[in-house]
Amino acid sequence: MTSQVSSPAEQTDGTVVGEQRKPGGAKDVRRLDRVIIRFAGDSGDGMQLTGDRFTSETASFGNDLSTLPNFPAEIRAPAGTLPGVSSFQLHFADHDILTPGDAPNVLVAMNPAALKANIGDLPRGAEIIVNTDEFTKRALQKVGYASDPLQDGSLDGYSLHPVPLTTLTVEALKEFDLSRKEAERSKNMFALGLLSWMYHRPTEGTEKFLKSKFAKKPDIARANVAAFRAGWNFGETTEDFAVSYEVAPATKAFPVGTYRNISGNLALAYGLITASRQADLPLFLGSYPITPASDILHELSKHKNFGVRTFQAEDEIAGIGAALGAAFGGSLAVTTTSGPGVALKSETIGLAVSLELPLLVVDIQRGGPSTGLPTKTEQADLLQAMYGRNGEAPVPVVAPQTPADCFDAALEAARIALTYRTPVMLLSDGYLANGSEPWRIPDLDELPDLRVRFASGPNHTLEDGTEVFWPYKRDPKTLARPWAIPGTPGLEHRIGGIEKQDGTGNISYDPANHDFMVRTRQAKVDGIDVPGVEVDDPHGAKTLVLGWGSTYGPITAAVRRLRAAGESIAQAHLRHLNPFPRNLGTVLKGYDKVVVPEMNLGQLATLIRAKYLVDAHSYNQVNGMPFKAEQLAAALKEAIDD
Amino acid sequence: MTDATNGLLQLVPKAEAKQSMKDFKSDQEVRWCPGCGDYAILAAVQGFMPELGLARENIVFVSGIGCSSRFPYYMNTYGMHSIHGRAPAIATGLASSRRDLSVWVVTGDGDALSIGGNHLIHALRRNVNLKILLFNNRIYGLTKGQYSPTSEVGKITKSTPMGSLDAPFNPVSLAIGAEASFVARTIDSDRKHLTEVLRAAADHPGTALIEIYQNCNIFNDGAFDALKDKQRAEEALIRLEHGQPIRFGADGARGVVRDRRTGDLEVVTVTPENEAEVLVHDAHTASPTTAFALSRLADPDTLHHTPIGVFRSVERPVYDTAMAEQLDTAIEQKGKGDLAALLTGGDTWTVVG
Repeated sequence: MTSQVSSPAEQTDGTVVGEQRKPGGAKDVRRLDRVIIRFAGDSGDGMQLTGDRFTSETASFGNDLSTLPNFPAEIRAPAGTLPGVSSFQLHFADHDILTPGDAPNVLVAMNPAALKANIGDLPRGAEIIVNTDEFTKRALQKVGYASDPLQDGSLDGYSLHPVPLTTLTVEALKEFDLSRKEAERSKNMFALGLLSWMYHRPTEGTEKFLKSKFAKKPDIARANVAAFRAGWNFGETTEDFAVSYEVAPATKAFPVGTYRNISGNLALAYGLITASRQADLPLFLGSYPITPASDILHELSKHKNFGVRTFQAEDEIAGIGAALGAAFGGSLAVTTTSGPGVALKSETIGLAVSLELPLLVVDIQRGGPSTGLPTKTEQADLLQAMYGRNGEAPVPVVAPQTPADCFDAALEAARIALTYRTPVMLLSDGYLANGSEPWRIPDLDELPDLRVRFASGPNHTLEDGTEVFWPYKRDPKTLARPWAIPGTPGLEHRIGGIEKQDGTGNISYDPANHDFMVRTRQAKVDGIDVPGVEVDDPHGAKTLVLGWGSTYGPITAAVRRLRAAGESIAQAHLRHLNPFPRNLGTVLKGYDKVVVPEMNLGQLATLIRAKYLVDAHSYNQVNGMPFKAEQLAAALKEAIDD
Repeated sequence: MTDATNGLLQLVPKAEAKQSMKDFKSDQEVRWCPGCGDYAILAAVQGFMPELGLARENIVFVSGIGCSSRFPYYMNTYGMHSIHGRAPAIATGLASSRRDLSVWVVTGDGDALSIGGNHLIHALRRNVNLKILLFNNRIYGLTKGQYSPTSEVGKITKSTPMGSLDAPFNPVSLAIGAEASFVARTIDSDRKHLTEVLRAAADHPGTALIEIYQNCNIFNDGAFDALKDKQRAEEALIRLEHGQPIRFGADGARGVVRDRRTGDLEVVTVTPENEAEVLVHDAHTASPTTAFALSRLADPDTLHHTPIGVFRSVERPVYDTAMAEQLDTAIEQKGKGDLAALLTGGDTWTVVG
């Protein structure tokens, strides 16, 4: 089968999306199969926006891609300092890729701090584009450079492009009625224009974006477009950039379909709206702002025309409380948060376990404990999700593995919650939330049917023949209790957090009943129907690498490297952390060695060891960043050889 | 206000047949201590509900934790006995997603004002369509007798053998300060007055807070005797009635007037000279100032000059109504949500076979 990216599509507004813009002139063009670019600057320099735009251009061109935004928790950290550096890394290729890349081939450093904070990640030979205007004596001193690295030979091993980005931008905008400060702000668009020239990116999308973003300030819109074009033209004319690069569309990487670039949080928000539509239930979100989950609240609040109710609560507890109230009333109810918020919501999650109502608890994990690292990633809430409640309070746990997969994971979490009438933890993380990748947009008829049946009449006959409604009489197959929503005549009932009598749901302190109910709630969760774990093991390996959540990309990339080097290794990745897939025990026992890489101190490994008595080996990293493929490959190689 | 002017109650389906108090009694055995003031409140609520004539299945009682929070189990409606302090939050989600329900919150002084203080004030400021019954017995009952956030200073309890140190909340003052649109106070033993206040609250569009003085005969017996003993009550209790001069005592000998110098309210003996100055109660006035001043008349220790009745009842936008209107507006402006269009929004590209 020969796939191809279709010809550029004309949009309704007449612009053309996806056309590769060819640099003119007689400069050399080289073909590359992949590139990793990192944009770095002050947190006020607009690096995230620059990265987002370059990503959109790259996506519409048809490359496979993966991104890693990395920024401080402070909105405007002190200018020119190392803690204030914000960066955006993008890996794009003509084939399918799995990670944002280990080491950038190109660094765009908008000031000395950005250079200093990132130079350690660059391999020798990498290209560095620096904004020389910012390399003043004072700025250099601020970050501890004793001498100017642009002059002192310390960058000799790199391909250095010194460009006075600020001066060139101001010069390009002199016709505009802008103050110098205003003009300087467009330097990120100049840099974007230059990089867009270097890598033959389509530019219409960015110009359209700028016009729409600054629709109310047409002067600023025109200035940004002018700076963007000036950057492109600079690349084409200056002697310093002798070569530009082509990275062909990843035609073979993608199955047939329509694609868009999507971040994890956006995919998750769309998954929730889609679940609501597929369940034919109104969506209710109760949430309190917290990084890195707030974007889901922002996104859902834009879609009220889908019947979505978003409630920004007074605190985390009220967020989940309101969601639980809406669940009682028959909504598909969701609360979104990060680790510290889950801690506050724990008691209400326990109530939801006891009430046996469907509820989605979305945890976008970040570095912990306590406030930890709000803008960095980690997967250290697994044991909190599993056990962080009083009493025996089992909760199903589902984890997405890539940004786009957050869509499917949200649907799966909704399926479990609705089918089994239980709260479900959906464990995403900061890396998935803010990272992005191409997503094949599903056809609506591929989506799962999530419709539920509310209880509508009596479900039990007493000995005297009276027909009654028992709120805790369970479905024998799923052990789910009926969902009888207020407004249904004849089914009036009371539920609460006190132990209930099996069947009737009346308060019961009977010891045997409590024992039975505890075991039944556990059996309900243990019995959830989840697909078996698939093992990728083409060579009959002796070592299995087992992961969960956002480590899927780096682990798979590491496994590919090892296999390309002739090693044998098997890989399995878990979407379901509770219950585990039925076949997991058998799978684990089929290998001499099981290695579990995690961005925590071994939480999945702990669960695996406890449940299957398997001597799982942990490989851990908790530095707020995703694993690098090379480093993981080395660790796995060691495990294979050991 | 009457039913006819209250658009919100009309959203709740009506009962098909005439109801009686019995219809609202659940089959559960009531398990409060014998002599507890909660029995009287339960009877008053069950007795009042048929008057509303709402379909029983569209009524929901949500409670937190504490003695009073067992209330939903005894009402033959939908109900949720939740966790400590969180009932207003849970009820907010229910009421704002289901406007066809009449949602009532039952809570106590510890539940609403200590552990759940945050949810209470935010429910009040949002003006969600909830009716909150705050049973105030000025003690923790279910945990067996610690002082509560409404206990008087110096209260000797198991946890405060040398007397409590913290100044109490005045729930009516707190609610008015939290932008409440309806605030009333009543007493468990005065069924007639309690029912009148319930009637006014049920009619109110938005959050209604009713503080109900409730006697805990085990851990704080007689806390409100000053207001219940017929002779003492005459001098202690001020019955607020909208449009009426605020007078009390034997033959209305005492009255509330405004101190011209400070603007504050004070109690005076009414004379022919000052009779015209006696304050006429206006529960519907937009400014909360006078309602707040009324809430400060009572002495927290002796309860002398305690007003009961509706302090404040004003109309302002209701949260759940506004939320529903935003959904309607979004549909008017953007059309009903089109999932396929949403998913394919933004820049897309197509891979063909």
